[in-house]
Amino acid sequence: MSSSKASRIGEEIWKTRIDKVNAELVTLTYGTIVAQLCQDYDSDYQEVNKQLDKMGYNIGMRLIEDFLAKSGVGRCANFRETADMIAKVGFKIFLNVAPTVTNWTSDNNQFSLIFDDNPLADFVELPDDGRAQDELWFSNILCGVLRGALEMVQMQIEAHFVSDVLRGDDTTEMRVSLVRYIEDEMPPEEE
Amino acid sequence: MPSSTRTVFSLIIINKAGGLIYQREYQAGLRSLSTNDYLVLAGTFHGYDPPHNQCPLDISTSLDGIPIANEYLRHSVHAITRSITPKLPLAQTSPALTSPSGNAPVGFSYPNPGVPASGLEHLETEKFRLTCFQTLTGTKFLLFTDPMTGNVDTIMNKIYELYADYVMKNPFYQLEMPVRCEAFDRHLGAWLRGRT
Repeated sequence: MSSSKASRIGEEIWKTRIDKVNAELVTLTYGTIVAQLCQDYDSDYQEVNKQLDKMGYNIGMRLIEDFLAKSGVGRCANFRETADMIAKVGFKIFLNVAPTVTNWTSDNNQFSLIFDDNPLADFVELPDDGRAQDELWFSNILCGVLRGALEMVQMQIEAHFVSDVLRGDDTTEMRVSLVRYIEDEMPPEEE
Repeated sequence: MPSSTRTVFSLIIINKAGGLIYQREYQAGLRSLSTNDYLVLAGTFHGYDPPHNQCPLDISTSLDGIPIANEYLRHSVHAITRSITPKLPLAQTSPALTSPSGNAPVGFSYPNPGVPASGLEHLETEKFRLTCFQTLTGTKFLLFTDPMTGNVDTIMNKIYELYADYVMKNPFYQLEMPVRCEAFDRHLGAWLRGRT
């Protein structure tokens, strides 16, 4: 399936099948969660990143069923198709953004998602304690969501942010790597 | 249209480990089975590995007088039908394919060995039809309908959507555990009754 076809699917579902909520409710709710975690973990930003990732993971494992039920898409033939599906359908229908898929490695196992627009980060300024700018990945929940969702469809991946406009970088970029396809779902074939 | 032509008798949901997590009847007419028989039936659609600590399935139960041994269940009809899927030669990727940047050829991508062939999807007798829908996450929905019921795919999709909403989005539902979500029962029941 081509990237443009994925875009059309994403648009179509977004227009017809999705209940919308006020974007600022999402932004403020998420911001509150991150701020509370920073407080609870005493500005241990590594730990906050980890907690956000974990929360995302638990969301992803549930959200994948909604994604599949709403989109009705079949299994992707390869990881490139998976990337387009995540960017153009997944992010589109849940956050109404469509990050750019780019920076593929030659083995087609790693790509980047570039977010031109990130609704989670509207209005946000990181604390100027000299550390948050270097340690906190504000939108880290998204990495966990991808990890949880893909695990449920038999893909073990690793995802992390490599840059964030909130930190003063030029772009917001998430790096996604395929670790392996999980095959233990299938009982061992007897040949 | 007489309701009998689009009857949904009952629904079973099996988790990816093969456990029965949901079973409801919506319409009398299908003679009810014991839970045990439902599990045997579920086993047909899944290589059934009883959980280590409990074995809800009476292994000695017979169906048509044939003893159901663990072996039979492990090699479920679903798995067997899947294994006889004819293998097709891999299509050659077009050499014209290039990456978006236009230089490196994208002849292949990491192949996904997880793409399973589908197994048994329908089982039909004169009086009822059993349709099996397996989601990409491995959950199976088994729907018993009247053989005349049309648009079973549509019904299945709607059930999957309701499941995604009222089961998966319930933060207190534990994944892979039996479904005890009252809102799911209510919405599903209302929808199934509404359409008959």
